[in-house]
This record gives sequence, structure tokens and C-alpha cells, in this order.
Amino acid sequence: MNTETTAKTSQLESLHRTSQRKKAIKNAIWVLAFLAPSAIPLLIFKIIPMFASAWVSLHEWNMIAPMEWAGFGNYTRLLTSSDTWAVFGHTLLYIAGYLPLVYGGGLLIAVALNQKLKARGFLRAAYFVPVVTSWVAVALVWQWLLNPKNGLINYLLSLVNLPQPGWWTDPTWAIPSVILASAWKDLGFVMVILLAGLQAIPQEIQEAAAVDGAGRWRRFWNITFPLLTPSTFFVVVISLINGFQVFDQVYVMTGGGPSGASRVVVSRIYDLAFRYGEAGAASALSWILFAFILGITAVQMYGQRKWVNYA
Amino acid sequence: MKKPPRRTALFACSVLVIAGLVAGCSQGSATNPDSKPSQSGGTTQTIVRYMNFSSNDGHEADLQAIITAFESENPDIKIQVETVPYADYAAKLLTAVSGGAEADTFELEYASFISYAKSGALADISGIDTSAYTPSLIKAYQFDGKQYALPESFSNVVLFYNKDLFDAAQLDYPINSWTWADEQAAAEKLTDKEKGIWGDYQPISYNEYYKAVAQAGGQFLNADSSATAFNSAAGIKAVEWLTDKSGTTMPTDADGANTPDFDTNLFTSGKLAMWHTGIWMFGTVADKAPNMNWDIVVEPGDTQKASAMFSNAVAVSAKSKVQDAAKKWLAYYTASQKTIDTRLAKSWELPPVADQSKLDTYLTLTPPANREAVFESLNAVALAPVVVKQQEMQDIINDELAAVSAGRISAQDAVKNMQTKIDPLLK
Repeated sequence: MNTETTAKTSQLESLHRTSQRKKAIKNAIWVLAFLAPSAIPLLIFKIIPMFASAWVSLHEWNMIAPMEWAGFGNYTRLLTSSDTWAVFGHTLLYIAGYLPLVYGGGLLIAVALNQKLKARGFLRAAYFVPVVTSWVAVALVWQWLLNPKNGLINYLLSLVNLPQPGWWTDPTWAIPSVILASAWKDLGFVMVILLAGLQAIPQEIQEAAAVDGAGRWRRFWNITFPLLTPSTFFVVVISLINGFQVFDQVYVMTGGGPSGASRVVVSRIYDLAFRYGEAGAASALSWILFAFILGITAVQMYGQRKWVNYA
Repeated sequence: MKKPPRRTALFACSVLVIAGLVAGCSQGSATNPDSKPSQSGGTTQTIVRYMNFSSNDGHEADLQAIITAFESENPDIKIQVETVPYADYAAKLLTAVSGGAEADTFELEYASFISYAKSGALADISGIDTSAYTPSLIKAYQFDGKQYALPESFSNVVLFYNKDLFDAAQLDYPINSWTWADEQAAAEKLTDKEKGIWGDYQPISYNEYYKAVAQAGGQFLNADSSATAFNSAAGIKAVEWLTDKSGTTMPTDADGANTPDFDTNLFTSGKLAMWHTGIWMFGTVADKAPNMNWDIVVEPGDTQKASAMFSNAVAVSAKSKVQDAAKKWLAYYTASQKTIDTRLAKSWELPPVADQSKLDTYLTLTPPANREAVFESLNAVALAPVVVKQQEMQDIINDELAAVSAGRISAQDAVKNMQTKIDPLLK
């Protein structure tokens, strides 16, 4: 009798478990079906190529003939090559100029457009237009604006008797030319993020501070800016990642020149893979860049605890 | 769990999205049904894809005329042509071949033939009748004793000059015996920056450099191509010859040099007195500047003459499923009477035919009047060095030449840098 009851209970339990498992499977199928449209392309175009590139980076491969095992040869060759450090140097130089400019400019415009201005909607849209414009068009326009001989910017500089740089035809000015164009294009994106951040700051705090006699500057530095740090953090992380991956504008504006003075990491990856037929080295450099970005982002994530205020 | 509404419809949607993606991935492969025989208008037609750069910018209609003639002779074959600008061609072909999406037949430059043949990307087309072609050119496209491509054309670079500008400056026209010094002296007198007239234009690039080294009496590579040999007086002189013109008798980058069609437009608008460029430009110049008086002459040398000679070839992809039709098309495209006539009449690159008498009509056409110079140039040719890491080598040389022309480093330092960077590539 006792054993019979136990057997019945366990039978019931197993039945219950089976029906639960069936439910779980059914549920999983539905989850997968809804995830599939975005997960499959992600898998095919991002995840699989990522792992494939890790495999390719351990080989010599001209993309036509069969791959030859090279171990970490590509990595050691790249890490000891002056070309690699040169392109990292150019990329860092680009970021050093681009980030303050795009953040500073974006903040200025966001604060201005957070005021009650006439045509505020139009202005916000106008600043955002470059963000959705094709890089090729933007780069070509800037190439003309910065033309050393008959560009608008040098013409304006000549009116006020300032020196007129050779811009993209001069190695020292090639990266600054790209920085100007990039900052101009991305200003709208940074502005939108910061504007959203500004609008999330509770008005009462500002009002309370005003009542306590804090001036505009004081309120900006002690309230607005600290409470904007989550948006700032987001902008800095995204801009740094984008900065390390800079390519289109360089490709169109300077082609990496003159004499390789504006060749950045991704230009080098492009050259290695599609012009020199060294897919192994190109993949290895992609992973070196990945490690670099990962490291810097990790440091930022760690560091944010010290300076980002989540209200 | 509540029964989800319209689950079948939703499921069908996701299946469709996935199917669309998969279809998208497989588009344009050399092995896809595009290239297989297809039913059209009652007859079975084989589609042969052909990718090229040499018809770009002026000869598209000429290529189409040859295709039309071929298709009317071979109604069972249809040629699908894809024309890519020269600057993008190498990258596009490499990516296509590596992705298995290359055309059934494609054009190759002599300098890149070897790496494709070595990699097994080209079909062995031995057995094709090669008697009609110049033997040296047929041999150039053999590898391991097998024929992997057919010579398609050859061309060279000469000195174009604007007679009107020479007349206005009361200078004698260039002659075949001219040297760099003669050219330089004339260029200085012809340049009139106020009127926007430049004396000379020669690209500051690898293609000019290896030739200039030969013109100065030097060697680009050593005898067994294991190291560079341009770190010499001749190599330095060649750098100076190419770079000194920039900004004095030749427009700089800031003036627009090195942008597409800049030199063509400058010459055809009558603002350029002398221009180093290829014979494939005859037709374009004649079309764009019908009233301008111009002619050509063998390119000046320094201690000796040396002219660039380029040769292009066409090959069948090893993966093509339509090998026979592809071979038939290439044989027609390289050596048929229609091709020869079209190339000569339109002053395109010259056909690689063994029977030189077939080229006679080319000499009777004008402009330019002095077409003899095209063949005289072939008497002393500087062949492009064949190096596996071709593009990397070219980039290094272009970078260093640009640095010299901008006055950042000396010609001596440039050849030293070039040597240090290129020698390891040749190992």
C-alpha cells in the first residue's frame, strides 16, 4: 500500500514534470521564433565572422589560395611593426582632437537649444541633419571647404590675415581636417543625447538653487553638469569606440595621405585585407584593435563610479 | 500559456525573413544559376559574365559593339558585362574571387596575373589556338607550362603635346630625341600660372617611377628580383625628375592634381602643354577637344629611352560552370577581326596580334598624326616589375614620392626609405 502510493505520487510528479517541460519547450520555440529575425542575421553577419576572423588571424591567407597556419606570427609581426604604431598614433591623435570638440560643441548647442527659443524645433532638426547625411557627401563638401587654394575656410582666414594651412594636402593638417569634418557631422548626435539628459534634470532642483541665490554659472557647474554625467559618460564611451573605428571620412577625404599621415587603424585593416591580400594580418589587427577598445571601455566603466552621478 | 493569435502568420513571417536573408547571401555567386544555361525565347542561352576595367571611362560602347557582334555570331551565348573603374578594380576582383562571386571571365593586369595563377583562381585554358597572338605576350600569361590567360591588349605611354601652346610660346615641337632636360626647359617657358597654363603633367607615382629609373640608366630590381636596386644615382635622379616639376611647371594636389580626370580636363581645355599619358587617351582627347591641335612623341629619356608598356589579359575563373562558352568568348574578344577593327578604329588599347600588318590601319588614322611614335616606343621598353606584394610596394613608393614632392624629405632619404621597406617584401 505504502509503496503503491509512492509509485503513484512519483508517476504524477513525472507527468507534471513532462507537461512542464513541454510547456517550457513550447515557450522556448516561441521565444526563438521571435528572436530569429534579428538573431540569425546577427549570428551570420557578426558572431560567426568574428570567430572566423579569430581563426583567420592565425593564418597566412591571401583570400584566394588555401590558408597556411602561422600561429601568432601575424600578431608578433604587427605588434613589432612601426606601421601599426603609426596608425594607432594617428587614430589617438584623431580622438584627442575629435572628442573634446564634438562634446564641447554638442554641449554648447544642447544648452542653447534647451532654452525657450523661437524656431527651436527647426534648429534642433537642422543640427541633426548632418548625422543622417552620407559620409561620402559630407567628406566631399569638407574637402572643398578645406581646399588649400580655393576653399571657403582658407578664404575666410585670408580676410582676417591668419595663416592658411594646407589642410588635407599637408601631413600635419590632414588629421585636423578629418577631425573638423567628423566633429561637424557628429555634433547633432551628441546634441540630441545631451539635450535628452538636460531635459531629465528636475526643474525643482534648479529652481531651489535659484531661490538660494545661485547664479547661472553656479547652477550649470554645480547642478546641470553633475546631473548630466550619465549622458556625458554615454557620449564619451560611444564617441571613443566610434573614434577608434574611424574610416569613411579618412578614406574619402585624404585616402590616408599625404604619405600615410592620416592612415588610421581601420584604413590599415582595409589595406591589408582588400589591397594587399593579407587577410590573416588584417584579422589580427582587427583583434588588436578590439582588445584596445575593450580595455579602454573597461577602464571607463570602472572609472565612471567615481565621476558619474545617477540622480 | 495562452494561445498566441495568428501564430501561423507570425511563424510564416519569420520564415520569410530568414529565407530572404539566405537568398541575399547567395546572390551573385560564380556558381549560381545565373551562369547556368537558361531558357530564353525558346533557345537555350548560356550566360557568361565578364568583369573589366579597361573599357571604363570612354570605351564602354566599343566593348558593347564587340559583345553585340559576338552574340549575333553565337546566339546561344549571352555576355553580361560589369565595368569597374581602374582604381577600384583590384580590390573588387580580390573580394569577388575570395567570396566565390567572381565573373566567369575577368580582366587581369600583367603585374597581378602571377598571384592569381599561383593561387589556383584561374582555369587552365591550354589547348586554345594561340597562333594569332604575339608569341611573347602569349608566353607572358603562362604559368607552370600552362596557359592561364589570353593577352587582350597592349598599350604604352607617350608624351602628348598641345601644338597651339607651343606655337604661342614660339617653341619647337618635341621630337623623339628629346631628353628630360629639353622637356624641362620647354615646360618652364610654357608655364604661365597667371593664365592657368601649365607646362607639364606627369603623375608622381610608382608607374612613372620604375620607368624613370630605367630612363636614367638604372635598375629597379636586381637581376634575380630578390632586392631593390634603385638606391643609386639613377634612382635618386628619377625621384627628382618626377617630384621637382610639382608646383613649378606642374599643378600640385591643392590645384586638384591626382583627382579623377583632372589631367584629362586640363589638357583638353588647352591649359596643359605636355602630358605623359597612355595611348588609350587618343579617342577621349579627340572627342573632348576636336579643334585643338595636338600630337604625340616618344617619351623623353635621360641617359636612355625607356617607355612603359602595359599589357592586359583575360582569364576564365576556375570556378566557372560555363568554361566552354567562356573560352569561346575570350578567344573572340581578344583576337577576332571585329575586336581588331574596333580597337584600331576607336584608338583603344592595341590588339595583341602576331600579324603586324593588321595594325597598319591604326597608323593612317589621325589625330594624333605621329602614331609611329606608339611603335617606336616599343623599341625600348621598361617592363613593370613583377612582385607578389605589388600593391604594398606601390603604396610605399607613392608615399615616399609624395613626401619628396611636398618638400618634407630629400630624394636620397626617399630611396633609402623605399629600399628599407620594400626589400623585406621581396624575400
